[in-house]
Amino acid sequence: MEKLLLLGDEAIAQGALDAGISGIYAYPGTPSTEITEYVQRSKQARETSVRSAWSSNEKTAMEAAIGMSYAGKRAMVCMKHVGLNVAADAFMNSAVTGANGGLVFVSADDPSMHSSQNEQDSRFFGKFAMMPVLEPSNQQEAYDMAHYGFELSEKFETPVLMRITTRLAHSRADVTLRDKVTQNECKLPDDLKQFVLLPAIARKRYKLLLDNQNYFEEASDNSGFNKYIDADDKKIGIITTGIAYNYLMENFEDGKVPHPVLKITQYPLPKAMIEKMAAEVDEMYIFEEGAPIVEEMIRGFLNKGIKVRGRLDGLVPRDGELNPNLVAKAVGKEITKGNPIPDIVMPRPPKLCDGCPHIFSYNALNEALEEHGTGRVMSDIGCYTLGALEPFNAINSCVDMGASVTMAKGASDAGMHPVVGVIGDSTFTHSGMTGLLDCINDKTPVTIMILDNETTGMTGGQKSSALGRLEQICLGLGVEKEHLHVINPVKKEHDANVTIIKNELAYKGVSVIIPRRECLVTLTKSKRAAKKSK
Amino acid sequence: MKKDIILAGVGGQGILTIAATIGYAAVESNLYLKQAEVHGMSQRGGDVQSHFRLSDKPINSDLIPEGRADLIIAVEPMEALRYLPYLAPDGWVITNTTPFVNIPNYPNIEDVLSSIDSQPNKIALDADRIAKDLGTPKAANIVTLGAASKVLGMDMKSLEASLGTLFGKKGEKVVNANIAALRAGREFADKN
Repeated sequence: MEKLLLLGDEAIAQGALDAGISGIYAYPGTPSTEITEYVQRSKQARETSVRSAWSSNEKTAMEAAIGMSYAGKRAMVCMKHVGLNVAADAFMNSAVTGANGGLVFVSADDPSMHSSQNEQDSRFFGKFAMMPVLEPSNQQEAYDMAHYGFELSEKFETPVLMRITTRLAHSRADVTLRDKVTQNECKLPDDLKQFVLLPAIARKRYKLLLDNQNYFEEASDNSGFNKYIDADDKKIGIITTGIAYNYLMENFEDGKVPHPVLKITQYPLPKAMIEKMAAEVDEMYIFEEGAPIVEEMIRGFLNKGIKVRGRLDGLVPRDGELNPNLVAKAVGKEITKGNPIPDIVMPRPPKLCDGCPHIFSYNALNEALEEHGTGRVMSDIGCYTLGALEPFNAINSCVDMGASVTMAKGASDAGMHPVVGVIGDSTFTHSGMTGLLDCINDKTPVTIMILDNETTGMTGGQKSSALGRLEQICLGLGVEKEHLHVINPVKKEHDANVTIIKNELAYKGVSVIIPRRECLVTLTKSKRAAKKSK
Repeated sequence: MKKDIILAGVGGQGILTIAATIGYAAVESNLYLKQAEVHGMSQRGGDVQSHFRLSDKPINSDLIPEGRADLIIAVEPMEALRYLPYLAPDGWVITNTTPFVNIPNYPNIEDVLSSIDSQPNKIALDADRIAKDLGTPKAANIVTLGAASKVLGMDMKSLEASLGTLFGKKGEKVVNANIAALRAGREFADKN
């Protein structure tokens, strides 16, 4: 069989392609971005016409995929964990509608918050929606489970959530491929009202979802992905979820753990296996990459019966990623450690690139706001969030996609003036447009700066849905022409830019200023590509 | 055979190219490998690292346990020191000595270099200078890899072959320049 060296993300993409998807839908977000990028680059995807362009946000992505599933074809949706919040409405209801063509959602969590605002665990969402959840422990399983996820989805006519974490998403290993499945033909659902969630139908569908839980659980017990590895020393039984299994195995020569181990990679929890362990061991240790969700379930509110240990009692830390050392300590293995980091080593936080257009936007904004004092700038999610750090100290919020516009509105409603919202072009079309419409309908005194670097920068330069459309969108929403400005964020325009911003700060209505200059990273990339093609 | 390697540098310095070079050679030698990379925010001029694990047996963890790394290969000297907790007592530090100063509080470079010098097993070379002298200033990462090849346990031929695979699309000139950089790094390590 063919073998490839793949990131966890890429393994999922290849698995989905080999499972015969007809489309992949996504908005970029670390650590999920490389799944869709892989499909976009894939020759196999091109030859079989798999659609893969970026969506405006995770909700539009998921809804389009549900539509593709309705039409009988297999579709995948990819997002980072907080993207699942954006898509939550579609997500929750899709569990009730069920699927027609296979439907797999991938949510990539980021414990330890390497590149995120929180470390929420998507498995809660899976449980919330009562959907089967797959949590591969390595790259090969990521590939196999992408494949299997579509079978499971079509077998039980349900969407399936695949949950991964940063270390699997961005770690490379060899993956053996399976036979390719051809794409489904278009085929309507047997019941044309399946997707009509009118209360009377929704109640029926919901009962069906509840009835299906037994089948989902049976699948968890029998699919072979959850493994019970028995051993003699029953003082302790160990449950691992996802990649925590690897950290446990790392600590035992040739993977021979003296205690029974239950490796969980598929949910709902495999009840029979957990009952077996609980009946045989004195104590259970639970290692989860993420929140203590399995631990809480097994321990129960009253915490009676068998002793359960994990993140809740401090056996391993309550937050952050696990690693081999943390698990070693928990299972009483010797902890190795090299020399400490010398005191002279300084932190090296990320920063805006030299010459980045955002630098000039912030310099102008800071000067224009000088006379009003600090604390007046709501911002958003992207490279420009780095404007919160030295030397700019230019922004005062970063909460969720689009919140700059609406938080600025709220602060303005509270009586603050002037108040500024700073948002990127891609973030604006992701979730800023509706907030701007609220401002316009209320004639709220706010100055919105849409930093247009003509790309989705932070995630590596994916095409922005806003490209070439910002003025049209703003005017269409109702921004007054005389209060819509496009400026050039370069040093020599600094004074002119300060004047424009100052004038609009004084205006008691909605102003939009668009500093526009291409991201240097994508500019360099496209120049290099142009040179090559010559 | 087992080699656990921490690759360290600053976003944009090309540690993933080092990883890919070793990776291709490892696949050719039928070794197992796991390589955890940093993507996202840190790539914007922040510190980046990659955990690179090679073995003739299947590998469990994507992350190297602290105190177990056989090598730290760093394209920047302060970044080499940042990962000392991962280094095994008999492990090696191989680092470029040219600092990448993009923070206002970068320490005195003499202190950084003397801290590296106090490590029991080290190869410190001015890879930027060597690359510049070769006329390929961008290949400091490959020069550093060349120096590391001495303790890496992989022969030069297979590393050179993977440079061919990696840079083949860019033409023979680029491949040869990188091979020259690799050899220059190795030569430094052999002489010092």
